[in-house]
Amino acid sequence: MTQTPLLKVNDVSKFYGSRIGCRNVSFELWPGEVLAIVGESGSGKTTLLSCLSTRLMPSSGIVEYHMRDGQYRDLARMGEAERRFLMRTDWGFVHQNPADGLRMTVSAGANVGERLMAVGDRHYGNIRATAADWLRRVEIEEDRIDDQPRSFSGGMRQRLQIARNLVTSPRLVFMDEPTGGLDVSVQARLLDLVRGLVHDLGLSAIIVTHDLAVARLLSHRMMVMKDGLVIEQGLTDRVLDDPREPYTQLLVSSILQV
Amino acid sequence: MTDLATYNFAYLDEQTKRMIRRAILKAISIPGYQVPFASREMPMPYGWGTGGVQVTASILGPKDVLKVIDQGADDTTNAVSIRAFFQKVANVAVTTKTRDATIIQTRHRIPEETLTAGQTLVYQVPIPEPLRFLEPRETETRKMHALEEYGLMHVKLYEDIARNGHIATTYAYPVKVEGRYVMDPSPTPKFDNPKMHMSEALQLFGAGREKRIYAVPPHTDVVSLDFEDHPFEIQHFDKPCALCGAEHVYLDEVVLDDKGGRMFVCSDTDHCEDRREHGHAGEMLARQEAAE
Repeated sequence: MTQTPLLKVNDVSKFYGSRIGCRNVSFELWPGEVLAIVGESGSGKTTLLSCLSTRLMPSSGIVEYHMRDGQYRDLARMGEAERRFLMRTDWGFVHQNPADGLRMTVSAGANVGERLMAVGDRHYGNIRATAADWLRRVEIEEDRIDDQPRSFSGGMRQRLQIARNLVTSPRLVFMDEPTGGLDVSVQARLLDLVRGLVHDLGLSAIIVTHDLAVARLLSHRMMVMKDGLVIEQGLTDRVLDDPREPYTQLLVSSILQV
Repeated sequence: MTDLATYNFAYLDEQTKRMIRRAILKAISIPGYQVPFASREMPMPYGWGTGGVQVTASILGPKDVLKVIDQGADDTTNAVSIRAFFQKVANVAVTTKTRDATIIQTRHRIPEETLTAGQTLVYQVPIPEPLRFLEPRETETRKMHALEEYGLMHVKLYEDIARNGHIATTYAYPVKVEGRYVMDPSPTPKFDNPKMHMSEALQLFGAGREKRIYAVPPHTDVVSLDFEDHPFEIQHFDKPCALCGAEHVYLDEVVLDDKGGRMFVCSDTDHCEDRREHGHAGEMLARQEAAE
């Protein structure tokens, strides 16, 4: 099977004035692949994610996306309308804080249905059925469909946010610390769910996390960032079991063992 | 009523009128698009129709005949004071008859009588942005209008159905104008939405506090948003008007006593009076006459 990368990132840098956000990052993301970006706070993970997902414009470098029509498109040169359309159909973005990604004052069903309505679905019954189906897939009881996310627990909100993003069957999902702020058992359940969904749907995902356990469970490949630079990348198991860079060794050895 | 000299004709200075007319022209050429304008302080509080008054003042000529209605009525405070205002500052003829008026300034209703070519309906608008309560950021709503991203409007209707089993929005019901812009028709009852569609009259909307003007030119498509399985419907009333017996008009409920007595009467007072003059009588009127 000849395949082509879904996302091609070439020499992306982002400067905030004279400060460095991230520098000279290049990689390719393949269809169905999950890439974890790890590093400590301030290492540029989130800046890089924002540059890739067009939430920020990179200072230099090119991010190209393999569109459904088979063409590679430079995201920075795409029109705003097209970019926003891409973001709400072919992409997903899962925020660390679910309140940023959800509409807290409308019901769970409408949260999931919003993307469908945005792409022109005008049949209430169908929208609702799809929403109910997605709630079931992310293990939220169907009778909560008319409740607002305000009444949901943190874990439920995060699962709802995931459902909201996946309803248009995107090909690429960005996740920014998807398990941050959740307690350990809820984290485990969420990770299990995400792993299942990614596998079933054949999603590609870029996950930013400072938690190496998340990277280990979800990702195929990982990049370690420090001070805006990617200092090491490779298969997740290779990097975690046999870290080459001193910083990565430090990172791996600082995981608490129970 | 004749001491005009203390004011410029129709209160506003000519430069201001010119600025507002330019905004109106732009609004007419892009149906449903909200044109920003430099709204002026008017000698009345915001919420009393400062936007509508500025639009009316800018298009009013000495030969115009003005009608002002508030919730359909010609004789309520808002209507009376705005009518008196224009009599004082422009000395124009005023009327309560819909068919005699060339300019009708309205708050919350469209007259029952079908408007004709040459007439202009000026709406007073409190909140021009239909997406406001769904997306509070003005920068974002403007972008959504620009890129025609109106999925959110249906989220509101979805919520209505999910909570109430039907679309419970009864006023300020969102419409799509000429297949492009989603527009708030001001807080008119949705009963009036079909009247906006392909109307022969020019419809202008002025929002004074929010500093926006928008328009629906004559013969323009105005479609109320809905779902395929929950189509748009207007309100229906069980009884005809208690005074003139009119059916298929918008009725106001009037509480008569503290024992549950109530009546439903035409909200459009001119329409009701006209019918009564032509010998129509509703339940209450017939009963009253029998008693006399």
